[in-house]
Amino acid sequence: MSEEKPDLIDVQINGEWHSFPKGTRMIEACRQVGVEVPHYCYHPKLTSPGNCRMCLVEMGMPPRPRPGDDPPEPDEDGHLPISWIPRPAIACANTIAPNMGIRTESEMTEECRKGVMELLLANHPLDCPICDQAGECSLQEFSVEHGNGESRFREQKVKKPKNVDVGPRIRLDDERCIMCSRCIRFTDEIADDPVLGFTDRGSHTVLTVYPGKELANNYSLNTVDICPVGALTSNDFRFQMRVWFMKEVKTIDTNCATGANITVYSREDKIYRITPRQNNDVNSDWMPDSHRLNFHWIESEARLTEPLVKDGDQHRSASWQEALATTADKLAGLEGSEIAVIASARMTNEELLITNRFVKHLEAGHVDTVPRTGEADGYLISADRNPNTLGVKTVLGLDDPGSQLSAIQEGIEQGRIKAVISLQENLIEDAGFSADTLKKLDFLLVSYPLANPTADLADVVLPGAAWAEKSGTMLNITGRLQRLNKAVDGPGLTLEPWEIVRDLIQATGGGNGIYSVNDLFQQLAAEVSEFEGLTWGRIGDLGIPLIETGETIPLLEREKERIAKGLIVG
Amino acid sequence: MAIVVKRPKLKLWEQLYLPAIAKGMRVTLGHFFKIVSGKKKVTMQYPEEKWDEHLPEHYRGAPALVTDEQDRERCVACQLCEFICPPRAITIKPEEIPSDDQWAKVEKRPKAFDIDMIRCIYCGLCEEVCPEQAIFLRKDYAITGTSREEMVHDKEKLYEIGGVRVGLVNKWNELK
Repeated sequence: MSEEKPDLIDVQINGEWHSFPKGTRMIEACRQVGVEVPHYCYHPKLTSPGNCRMCLVEMGMPPRPRPGDDPPEPDEDGHLPISWIPRPAIACANTIAPNMGIRTESEMTEECRKGVMELLLANHPLDCPICDQAGECSLQEFSVEHGNGESRFREQKVKKPKNVDVGPRIRLDDERCIMCSRCIRFTDEIADDPVLGFTDRGSHTVLTVYPGKELANNYSLNTVDICPVGALTSNDFRFQMRVWFMKEVKTIDTNCATGANITVYSREDKIYRITPRQNNDVNSDWMPDSHRLNFHWIESEARLTEPLVKDGDQHRSASWQEALATTADKLAGLEGSEIAVIASARMTNEELLITNRFVKHLEAGHVDTVPRTGEADGYLISADRNPNTLGVKTVLGLDDPGSQLSAIQEGIEQGRIKAVISLQENLIEDAGFSADTLKKLDFLLVSYPLANPTADLADVVLPGAAWAEKSGTMLNITGRLQRLNKAVDGPGLTLEPWEIVRDLIQATGGGNGIYSVNDLFQQLAAEVSEFEGLTWGRIGDLGIPLIETGETIPLLEREKERIAKGLIVG
Repeated sequence: MAIVVKRPKLKLWEQLYLPAIAKGMRVTLGHFFKIVSGKKKVTMQYPEEKWDEHLPEHYRGAPALVTDEQDRERCVACQLCEFICPPRAITIKPEEIPSDDQWAKVEKRPKAFDIDMIRCIYCGLCEEVCPEQAIFLRKDYAITGTSREEMVHDKEKLYEIGGVRVGLVNKWNELK
């Protein structure tokens, strides 16, 4: 990049001089040097209307001499004296200027914050024990830090609509709304579905949906995340769990190849909600509702919790040792060319690496994964609905994943293929295999998190962990290597897929010294050229770009344009 | 530096100890005869005699949920007591009050509220932390059961122990 060095401007913040690029917002300048300016309406990914007034700070500029007077003398560092303006300025929408002074801890600033808090709380209901936002509510936090502690308001609070259905996934409480307009700007600027707006005036202002419309777009739940108070709440998470009980795990979404960065909130191995996590190279601050809510199946009744072995027509539960020994027995008499291994593009790179070992160990004649495609939505959802297709190409070495599937089916029909090992895939429902075809097999092994028609036919069924129950790395559509982190323990005797494949290799006579997923990553770094020199720690929470694919994420491209226009901070 | 303790110099009749022993025996026998003759009572004959009337005002017995004068649940399932409980005796499952309910304004109530009385240490933090004045430590102290399951007080049992409490609570206050 041959970017020109941006002009740096000196700004004094709370008595200390710092340099920032020209055009930086005052609030961002403060944030960069660790000075927090409280705010409600400002969001770096949205335009700044400056309507909450919480970020008011005291500002000063060098004095302008009257005609004929001497100009002010700079000190030895070249900074001019600052004359403070008696009127506060909002830090969110104003950019810095040379020799500007900002005071965020002065008496005037504190008075402004106190005043804003008092007015906001005049009509805000004090129902924190009921409200879902309690514990992560900006109003609560700033009330503690900058509020009065006691209300002087003795009159009746304004009554507004409560418990309003604004969309299929969202509930609105107008009494709690503080008119920051973040949700309105989000639906207008990012989701391109401007259905929200304010009606009525003064203290009777209410957030409303346009008559006859509803907030139903696939990004609607992001408004719940950015709502600084409990006005917008998610129907799915409503009253399920208080936020302070939950464990937060940073991981990635596995519903499509974008690999949105997410935080999984769980308590006692039950997932309660998922929220997007900021990554400006992948998903910005957002994620689609369809992906966010696709976690309830993890605790479904259909979860496989122990290995099953087929006795006659019936499955019976077995120990891992027995299931593995049965598998080894059945595979022992077969030629490599009679075995097909079907892996999954939902597996991590580490799992694919050990699957590759397994394939080589069996000398299996056929390997493939199952492709999943849908329509790209032009925002964050990519057409490839597998999270790690690029990993399949890079680590498993398949050039065109999915191209062998019909040949494998044919092979089974003709009796050339006698055993299929299906790892984390549902062949009948997702890969188009017919039950009749699979019945022709001598041996079918299925590992999958859920019971399914393919598992019904299997001779050995192994319970594999779901995405939230395993760790590893994945490559997203732009070639970014990202970490998938285990958020909860799998139910029953579930094992992570890499453990299953490792045990399969050991059961069929191969040895390996792999004890953790980190061991696998080290081998990945040693064996696959793209991963050379990498360590688990270097990938970090935000991932690192690894392979150049030329793919872009449409929502990010639009955001870049708006940053370039100066509309948002980004 | 070691401190030298000054020992009192005992007189001859003090060194004998016998007068002191006699003095002690007089006190002991005094009590003995008072009790034998029925003039004084020291031991409470529990469980035939109960302690209940003698409990101090501040006695901390079993925690229980209370309803208000109109038989409404005070608890809104905010789970602060579950959070504060040092031995983790409290488990709450919240639920939404259906919108056709008379008290739907409150939106939230406990679906299940369990206190494991084997775990409870009667510290009273749940009562102290409750923002809705819904949980109180009552004077029930004889919590018994023949299995662990029996020792878990469910919502029904908690309301049975708790009874009714009068006084305005925030959530019903239209001004708040």
